[in-house]
Amino acid sequence: MHEELFAPLTKGPDLNEEEIQPSVSYWQESLRRLRANKPAMIGLWILVFLCSMAILGPFFSPYAYYEIHLPQINMPPGQNYIFGTDELGRDVFTRICWGARISLFIGIMAALLDLIVGVTIGSLAGSIGGKIDEIIMRIADSMHSIPYLLIVIMLMVIMGTGIATILVALTITGWIGMARIVRGQIMQLKELDFVKAAQALGASKRRILFRHLIPNAMGPIIATMTLTIPSAIFTEAFLSFLGLGVQAPIASWGTMANDGLPAMRYFPWRLFFPAGFISITMLCFNLLGDGMRDAFDPRLRS
Amino acid sequence: MILKVADLNVTFSTWKQPVYALRGVHFQINEGEILAIVGESGCGKSVTAKAIMRLLPKHSCLINHGQVLYQDRDLLTLSERAMRSIRGKEIAMIFQDPMTSLNPIKKIGLQIIEGLLLHHPEMKKSDAKNKVIDLLRSVGIAQPEERFSAYPHTLSGGMRQRAMIALAMACEPKILIADEPTTALDVTVQAQILELLKEIAHIRKTSILLITHDLSVVAGLCDRVLVMYAGQIIEEASVNELFNNPRHPYTKRLLHSIPRIDMPHGARLHPIRGRPPTLHCKSNSCAFSPRCDEAMNICCMQEPDKISLSDSHHAACWQLCRPSPSFAHSDAPLIFPDLPGKEDELPKEKMHV
Amino acid sequence: MLILQESLSALNTFYYLLRKAGILLLSLFGVVTLTFVLMHSIPGDPFLQEQAIPEEILRSLYHYYGLDQPWHVQYLRYLKGIITWDLGPSFKYEGRTVNQIISSGFPVSFYLGMMALFIAVTLGTVLGMISAWHRNKWQDHLAAIFSVLGISVPSFLIATLLQYIFCIKLQLLPVARWGTFLHTILPALSMAALPMAFIARLTRTSMVEVLQQDYILTARSKGLSSVRLLMKHVMRNSILPVVTYIGPLTASILTGSFVVEKIFAIPGLGYWFVMSVSNRDYTVILGVTVFYSCLLMCCIFFVDIVYTLIDPRIRTALRR
Repeated sequence: MHEELFAPLTKGPDLNEEEIQPSVSYWQESLRRLRANKPAMIGLWILVFLCSMAILGPFFSPYAYYEIHLPQINMPPGQNYIFGTDELGRDVFTRICWGARISLFIGIMAALLDLIVGVTIGSLAGSIGGKIDEIIMRIADSMHSIPYLLIVIMLMVIMGTGIATILVALTITGWIGMARIVRGQIMQLKELDFVKAAQALGASKRRILFRHLIPNAMGPIIATMTLTIPSAIFTEAFLSFLGLGVQAPIASWGTMANDGLPAMRYFPWRLFFPAGFISITMLCFNLLGDGMRDAFDPRLRS
Repeated sequence: MILKVADLNVTFSTWKQPVYALRGVHFQINEGEILAIVGESGCGKSVTAKAIMRLLPKHSCLINHGQVLYQDRDLLTLSERAMRSIRGKEIAMIFQDPMTSLNPIKKIGLQIIEGLLLHHPEMKKSDAKNKVIDLLRSVGIAQPEERFSAYPHTLSGGMRQRAMIALAMACEPKILIADEPTTALDVTVQAQILELLKEIAHIRKTSILLITHDLSVVAGLCDRVLVMYAGQIIEEASVNELFNNPRHPYTKRLLHSIPRIDMPHGARLHPIRGRPPTLHCKSNSCAFSPRCDEAMNICCMQEPDKISLSDSHHAACWQLCRPSPSFAHSDAPLIFPDLPGKEDELPKEKMHV
Repeated sequence: MLILQESLSALNTFYYLLRKAGILLLSLFGVVTLTFVLMHSIPGDPFLQEQAIPEEILRSLYHYYGLDQPWHVQYLRYLKGIITWDLGPSFKYEGRTVNQIISSGFPVSFYLGMMALFIAVTLGTVLGMISAWHRNKWQDHLAAIFSVLGISVPSFLIATLLQYIFCIKLQLLPVARWGTFLHTILPALSMAALPMAFIARLTRTSMVEVLQQDYILTARSKGLSSVRLLMKHVMRNSILPVVTYIGPLTASILTGSFVVEKIFAIPGLGYWFVMSVSNRDYTVILGVTVFYSCLLMCCIFFVDIVYTLIDPRIRTALRR
């Protein structure tokens, strides 16, 4: 018996050589981390609900957003009007749904424009470097120190009100942040060995940029985009609050809040519904954006 | 004997599963000796040091068993306040990277004075300053009066580590724990720091617990060595015994894997194949057995006991028990008074299968 | 020898500051020019919005405002005006100059802004420190909720909510206008909400990073207690990133003032600015924009200097 115990071991597969973890791609790992982030997921689902409200809401409502019912002005939320009516008897719920369309549209468009302009400029600066990079960064730095809201206000005063001008103003002031992040990412990635490997295989600069650098920088780019949206929505609401937003009868949440402000004492729902929706939307985008930023951060990989 | 560690068990709780970092560590430190703990990264050397000082992060780390006896007191049962009076004053520690271990926005002299005045509040500021300047001089920093007001980033790596040593020695502790003090330094500077440590041990009679993964450092400096693997001490010996007569297969492979300058050109190196275990589960088999060439059936069934080969040399390996086949062919000296008795008795007693 | 070294480093620092001041002046010049260009590219006639004005009056109005001169002359007049601090008369408010409007409104806004800044910085850092110290426990989660709310809920909603709860429902504080200390509480809180949330987050992140540094371990190994550790080592290292935020912080308080002053009917500069935007009072818009931009840039410059002085690593880099 002792001899058996002390007999040499017949070896099976060496367990220590096995992979400790299955290898997962960067995207899968990041998505998994995002899904595990409860606040971010809650934010995502609420946003999905809001989008469906924006798209489908007006179809289910018996009223149009500009429909005036003078006998029923300033009615509190009740049977016929889920969210009540405003000072012209328009159904607040339908207007909120339309406002959702406008705010979400502005937010997403601003983020997309931000993406296009910011990524273009940022990747140019980051990949070419040298003089062009310096010039671009100087411009960005000097524009950065000017309070952007002041510039937006001035642009609105000049160009007149309307969704298109809001978007232009937001893009002119907003590209700086995205460009900086993209530039930083590209400069970091440029030094990594896989770029040198691609160069050694004969890839052109353009190919490297589009097929290697930008896709690898997508993580922080998407996170930044998601955080741009609430900022755009806030700016639109802010501008409307100052009287520079979209004009009547189009309803954006900002104009609705602005109109509801003087009536707050007696008809509070006219202010709180639009303001509440602005807050919830911004909150959800912030939670989602934060979650994305954490999920795509390569330093936090387990 | 000045410090004794008995059956120390430390578990880390991660969000996946617990990690059993230390699984029954026993050793002791004697007065004025330099004791080394060697092992690969992740074997638990730093955890042992921090456990003695109770510097492990409280929210993720649990010392679930064991004793650390210092001057007849178990450090693990002391209150935080009592422990604070021991840290720095009786037991001090220096760390691996002196650049990040010193506060970058505070002057060096002030950082050292802080520790001094903490344990000797009755000391006058001017006396303290003079003492610190003397301390800086004694660790080999030139122009100590000027360096007193220097910031860490203005000093070279070697000088920073000397400053760290001065900081640790300020209150003249009985034990100095050095966690990889030379890993981040150039080889020439390494030698100087090691000389300094030797001086501290021999002249001031401070015991030094040196943690390192570099066997060459051990050979030049230490009196005794502990070899650690997967959270346990698998061999314990004096320096001569370890380098001339390693008994545990891991130690043997470790020494064998060191490249030598007198190797023939083109000779192969001999790494230890495989990887250390991930410490996620408590197993009752020898932790090294998957990587061991001399493994036997019993190695996978039960953890080996510590076998004494001499007064100072102990190893935990089933190979050292009498009935094992390679024992008869080994080069070990034949007289082992502590070896367990007759062949029949040994397996029956120890088996808990 | 040491004296020479010291004076050389002082000189270096001086040149560094001088260079920075030069860049500041350049940026100011850029902003001024930019605003001028923007304002004068507004299409149409500033006076044509009103009812039809007779020709001679129109011509004399043009002459009064200098609009009949070629644009480069207008530009030079404008620059001269800025340097001599004469920003011209208001378009819409008869008899009032832009200077008067600024000097009546700014002190009010300044007072409110300082209060909001104080609240934001003190409460924000305290909140952030509590969060970092009790990382991942209930204090942290609670503070995180407040932070996210502060960042997401727009200042005008916070202002109106506070007004609704405390003034209308509970009748504790005055609804609007300016006068006593009580009038300042709600506006200051509304303006402080967003910056406070940001500062809390920033402080938390910074302190968590500091707490993981090796030198904290060294300090603990010397036997320092938690309180001493916090005071002597953690705090000063943690606030450095917060100092860099003070620039954008001032900007956000400034823009917050537009909304809050409108809601609480406080006669500050933000209020006048908002009015002038609604009225298309161009000289006021121009003047206030320039004023605000210069103020902001000077704040950022000032913060830059303070940051340089606090961090000894940068000071040493300057010596080379």
